Amino acid sequence: MLNTIDTSFDSCIKCTVCTTRCPVAEVNPDYPGPKQAGPDGERLRIKNPALYDEALQHCTNCKRCEVACPSGVHVGTVIQLAKARHGGFKKGPREFILSHTDMMGSLSTPAAPVVNIATQLKPVKKLLDKVFGIDQRQTLPKYTHQTFRRWFQQQKAQQNRFDRKISFFHGCFTNYNDPTVGKHLVAVLNAMNIGVTLLKKEKCCGVPLIANGFFDKARKNAELNMGQFADSLADSECVLATEPSCAMTLRDEYPEVLHVDNHAIKERILFASAFITREFAKGNKPDMTPVNLRVAYHSPCHLIKQGGVIHTMELLNSIPGLEVIMLDQKCCGMSGTYGFKKENYQTSQNIGQGVFDQIEALNVDYVVTDCESCKMQIEMNTAHKVLHPLTLMAQSLA
Amino acid sequence: MRQIETDVVIIGGGATGAGVLRDCAQRGMRAILVEKDDIANGTTGRNHGLLHSGARYAVTDPHSAIECIRENQILRKVASHCIEETGGLFITLPEDELSFQETFITACTSAGIQAEALTPADALRIEPNVNPGLLGAVRVPDGTVDPFRLTAANILDAEEYGGRLLSYTKVVGLIINNGRVRGVHCIKVKTGEKVDIHAQQVVNAAGIWGQQIIEYADLAIRMFPAKGSLLIVDYRINGMVINRCRKPSDADILVPGDTISLIGTTSEKIPYRDIENIRVTPDEVDVLLAEGEKLCPIMARTRVLRAYCGVRPLISLGDDPSGRNISRGIVLLDHGETDALPGLITITGGKLMTYRLMAEMATDAVAKNLGNSKPCVTAIRPLPGANGKHSDIYAPQVSIPVSGSAKYRHGERAAKFLANDKKQNAVICECEMVTRGEIEYAVHNLNARDLVDLRRRTRIGMGPCQGKMCACRAAGIVSEITHDDNGKQALHSVGEFMQERWKGVRPVLWGDAMREADLSYWLYNNLLGYSQLEPSDPDSHSVNPGEAAVLRGEESKEEVAP
Repeated sequence: MLNTIDTSFDSCIKCTVCTTRCPVAEVNPDYPGPKQAGPDGERLRIKNPALYDEALQHCTNCKRCEVACPSGVHVGTVIQLAKARHGGFKKGPREFILSHTDMMGSLSTPAAPVVNIATQLKPVKKLLDKVFGIDQRQTLPKYTHQTFRRWFQQQKAQQNRFDRKISFFHGCFTNYNDPTVGKHLVAVLNAMNIGVTLLKKEKCCGVPLIANGFFDKARKNAELNMGQFADSLADSECVLATEPSCAMTLRDEYPEVLHVDNHAIKERILFASAFITREFAKGNKPDMTPVNLRVAYHSPCHLIKQGGVIHTMELLNSIPGLEVIMLDQKCCGMSGTYGFKKENYQTSQNIGQGVFDQIEALNVDYVVTDCESCKMQIEMNTAHKVLHPLTLMAQSLA
Repeated sequence: MRQIETDVVIIGGGATGAGVLRDCAQRGMRAILVEKDDIANGTTGRNHGLLHSGARYAVTDPHSAIECIRENQILRKVASHCIEETGGLFITLPEDELSFQETFITACTSAGIQAEALTPADALRIEPNVNPGLLGAVRVPDGTVDPFRLTAANILDAEEYGGRLLSYTKVVGLIINNGRVRGVHCIKVKTGEKVDIHAQQVVNAAGIWGQQIIEYADLAIRMFPAKGSLLIVDYRINGMVINRCRKPSDADILVPGDTISLIGTTSEKIPYRDIENIRVTPDEVDVLLAEGEKLCPIMARTRVLRAYCGVRPLISLGDDPSGRNISRGIVLLDHGETDALPGLITITGGKLMTYRLMAEMATDAVAKNLGNSKPCVTAIRPLPGANGKHSDIYAPQVSIPVSGSAKYRHGERAAKFLANDKKQNAVICECEMVTRGEIEYAVHNLNARDLVDLRRRTRIGMGPCQGKMCACRAAGIVSEITHDDNGKQALHSVGEFMQERWKGVRPVLWGDAMREADLSYWLYNNLLGYSQLEPSDPDSHSVNPGEAAVLRGEESKEEVAP
């Protein structure tokens, strides 16, 4: 179906910069790289769908190819859409479990203490490995007993005292797994005299669904979320996300991958540090006390894709007493659900090795990154605890 | 001087000449084909690659239509790996008369061409990029044919039956003794070596260049060359051949050929003396773009890769200098009968679609003169590559796009090079998925001598990058396997190839094609320093100033065309 494809591949001038920037191609010779998988392959697939290359399964959707492309080719999107069109996704029970993060969250949180113990048990991990192909060397994220939304119920009255308001798209991880970052966002914004509201209803942004091929479900979520944004933007300034992948999906993947039009409100969907540093520039900067820490900052791929690293760096640099060492902009290899899959485990580790080595060679108190998935990978593979930039900022609030 | 003795010598390595060589060889005659350049370098390789159903001619030329549908059905069987049964649509746009549809369907039906009227909605469903403003469409069994592959397969088969190809061998005169043509005087274009080939029968299948051959015999034949120009776009914007449902006109056919689509053709009479110097003009490019966009609006925002043109060999019979008796049909002349000059046969006119029939007719005449009574089997016996299924070729280490492309191009013969060998499977041309193995196969088995030849056998350099990524890699391989130790040939070959690519890009130099060309220029000159490379031996075929000028992006004299 020619009329559903992204024709940006037509502008590819074969410079191959994308492939030099691909973390998978660097470590896995079975993956031909984004140029071949994307624009080159697209011409062949249009000629004959049978020329689809199974190797596209190795793409992690990190989007570094798109950042590198000087010709405006949506390389990653072309690959994702090709996988969807040609049945390139294995959509088994494992993929369902890993990608339906909000469904799994709402099922697991009521029994969080039991689930958390169970998923850390060796026999259970072995079972998940054997039956589902979820690699036993990985640690599944824990669930929180009290969801972020439940916690937020008690904050509502207080938030209503502020004149200015933003809507917070908390995402699945903050709601079901670890509400810390959400709580810190509320603290930081409140210190800046801005109140927080939640959407009446919120579904997973869709990033794990897209990565696992559940496009219809992702589109449904996108449509529901877009409706919620429209309602909530009537009395809030913008929608903020603290998870880079959520922000990227809401802003860029909705129109490009899911064909859900968001142009009317796209400019009002922001990654948290972009909003906060914009406020700094207007003079709205809370009082902060020195934290006296030395940290290493890891930039997540999906934040790089949005051009958002500069905002987080600015936010970190404005925290007094914080020494920030910027790590090389390499991928950690986790890519959401990718690293959990048994067949990807080694690739995932090989991709991340450079990041792990660089961290271990530094003498820092913490590693800082915006992304929950990068956090999991780095904590599993280094001796360091990983914090969100907002956590550090919340700590330094006077 | 070299002397060669044979039964039949055929002049012209187009589809027709290759077909004659194969047919002669299959009937047990000793035959040699001489071609002044590479095979399929002339008109054969410079057209649409449209496997006509005959529908295009049904209304205006029913005889040609019937010929086309017959050959169409034969080629589907004997040349299946050169053919794609895409189907075709004849669409009616608002500026066309919808009533013509009925005339058209009636004419198709009486020529034996299946023609089915579709609603605009049905047409859009099977061809999503067709102009949505269409009023109606007729589906016919048009398809596509790859002329390079078709010619190469004929040569390959002929060679397996004992026929011989002498490419880069130009005929400079006829050997005439006692009122009879007894062979040809030739010169090896690359070395200047003279060769005489003695034969009982000489077949002139040189197309538009056939007039010169006839002139060597002091006979007169008038060719009326008509130039046709075409554009190639980056990818298949259409899945089926799209025609306008009206009388044939300029730029009204859009053909999906292999990985690309092409729009054509214009038609312009040119003086015979200009046949070596044809080029695509800006006006032709404008017409092709404007008309193409009417067929598929997406063409307006699709990259044009290159432009090219060819010369139709229209012939005027008898003493008719005016060209009023121009024939578009097949012309077979046994000069023994028409001009009392036995030993020479001319086969011309016709079209790519009817190459096999033309070859059969010419070979029948040769056979008759030589007393050979073996029947023609070219309509029954498949060409190499078209022999049955190739799904059983075992190459598990080769990726699907690579093995699929190889089988698409070479049919079951792909088994000869799809090895489970990492080195052989290395992709050299990334746009068209050509491996080292395929390049070696083409050099060893398909008479490819340099990069330009290789392009016609494998599609290297025919994708969006127009040779930028593969030219130097492929040149290195050819150099390695042909023992060109000092690499001089390879260097020359790269220059020649890039020059030939540049020639086609120049008329469409805007947008992404310009960015692509600019990157090529930058890579070859600034990174690899190509134009700085001095020829070490002025007499050798090393880089000459002309090539360097082209690589610098300067205007150069047009290379001898087709």
